[in-house]
Amino acid sequence: MESASHHSYRKGKNVLMQLVTLACALLTIIPLFLIFFHLLRSGFGSLNLAFFTHLPRPVGEPGGGMANAIVGTLVLLGLATVLGVPFGVFGGVYLAEYASRRVAWIIRFTADILNGVPSIIWGMAVYALVVLRMKGFSVLAGGIVLGMMMIPMVLRTTEEVLLLVPSGYREAALALGISRWRTVCSIIVRTALKAIVTGLLLSLARVAGETAPLLFTAFGNSVWSHHLSDPIAALPLQIFTFAIAPYDDWHRQAWAGALVLLLMITLINIVVRLLTRDRFAK
Amino acid sequence: MNASTIDFPVQMNRNESNAPGQNMQKPNSPEPEAHAIAPATAFQIGKLSVSFGAHTVLKDVSLDIKARSVTAIIGPSGCGKSTFLRSLNRMHELVPDARMTGTIRLFGENIYGPEIDPVVVRRRVGMVFQKSNPFPTMSISENVTVGLRLNGIRNKGILQERLEKSLKMAALWDEVKDRLNAASTSLSGGQQQRLCIARALAVEPEVILMDEPASALDPLATTKIEELILDLKKDFTIVIVTHNMQQAARISDQTAFFYLGELVEYAATRKIFTNPSVKQTEDYVTGRFG
Repeated sequence: MESASHHSYRKGKNVLMQLVTLACALLTIIPLFLIFFHLLRSGFGSLNLAFFTHLPRPVGEPGGGMANAIVGTLVLLGLATVLGVPFGVFGGVYLAEYASRRVAWIIRFTADILNGVPSIIWGMAVYALVVLRMKGFSVLAGGIVLGMMMIPMVLRTTEEVLLLVPSGYREAALALGISRWRTVCSIIVRTALKAIVTGLLLSLARVAGETAPLLFTAFGNSVWSHHLSDPIAALPLQIFTFAIAPYDDWHRQAWAGALVLLLMITLINIVVRLLTRDRFAK
Repeated sequence: MNASTIDFPVQMNRNESNAPGQNMQKPNSPEPEAHAIAPATAFQIGKLSVSFGAHTVLKDVSLDIKARSVTAIIGPSGCGKSTFLRSLNRMHELVPDARMTGTIRLFGENIYGPEIDPVVVRRRVGMVFQKSNPFPTMSISENVTVGLRLNGIRNKGILQERLEKSLKMAALWDEVKDRLNAASTSLSGGQQQRLCIARALAVEPEVILMDEPASALDPLATTKIEELILDLKKDFTIVIVTHNMQQAARISDQTAFFYLGELVEYAATRKIFTNPSVKQTEDYVTGRFG
């Protein structure tokens, strides 16, 4: 009798724990849907062809779009990727495969601190390093700041997923008389590629939405930029500018811009996932 | 790393074969062991000790391993048998603090010589592991040819020929010939292990080391691996670590019994299992400890 009641007590506790974890999991994904639906409701009405093809218009003039900011964000993300991916991935490979325990500890510790540095401080650093020297805000400075922010993120995720590759594969490759670097490139990195790409995407998605560091570097404008040394518009900057302005027309455009930014990040995610999908997945 | 300073330089053997009359009769020939080099002996191991950091795993192990035969290494867990196996293709060096003293010669050549690249040693001495580990990102055929491809062999004809030959030698060809491009992970456990054997065979090693290759397999798959080993010893030298006493008795020609890092007894398998010279060996093979 007593054991039966104890049994139901344990069962109840089990169900309760399951519900708590489920609730937490739901709470994590609910904001995404809230944001998405809110953006759809507020921004979808302002989306039209002109939004993607036209430059912003002055206040009071109807129409206009964010074409330059959309292209600007893509250009900045491209530059950031060119800078962040090789340094981050190769650094992560070094950390996971070659570094001595001591050196690895120092690099890891430094990267973790860098990952915690507020983005506005990155902006100020690149302002001092690049903008002052080039005597002006520029595409280059914007790409550099986003790229520099990506490096420690990519480095750490790359390292972590490489260390998750079972050592059996490493041993099997080396025992076949395959050289160390070949083993690293063709076996270990290949095995962890999907996870490495996921890390890249996460860091790309994070810097895609950065506004503060761009205020100090890319600065933004409302025309097309033709040189790496010109200032350039970016969606987060444009959203920021339009959202703090006192005009309803601009507010609607800002909502639309936010929706486009979210869709862009989702699209990049889907495309890259398709490209790196598991050959043997059913 | 290598304390074998009195060792014969590798070139000496080449000199011998080039000009046999000169070197063989030299009265001041520095190394008495040289006479033992014969094609019948694959490994000559002299006073091998291996330690990881402060922990000594193998102490003063000396034995010769016959070519084209099966040598079983038995002993309780932690006796150093896996470390012994790994020292034969320098895989133990992957552990950062590993230190080795003594000599290991493969067909007369010191594989720990200062000019010897461990990568080349491993091409000559292949290895099959306890847990089958086909590369998950590669198909069945890619797994077999990976050792060749990553060493620069691009010729489709050669790759195709080695693929078929290796899979046939590993007794897997008939089961996979219609799905060579399928995922290696779609195979059963026993098939995966034979795939790993085929992968090791494809680079045409002289020796195959096996670290408990059947311990994770069911009896039927184990039988297949054992038949395969008996078949392979015609062409290869096989050294196998096993926990399974019956397996050692069934497939091996010589058996070495290790205990606490030392070689206790090394003799023909029949003798080890029927009439061992050392009491410890008898206790172990009859299941009284270990």
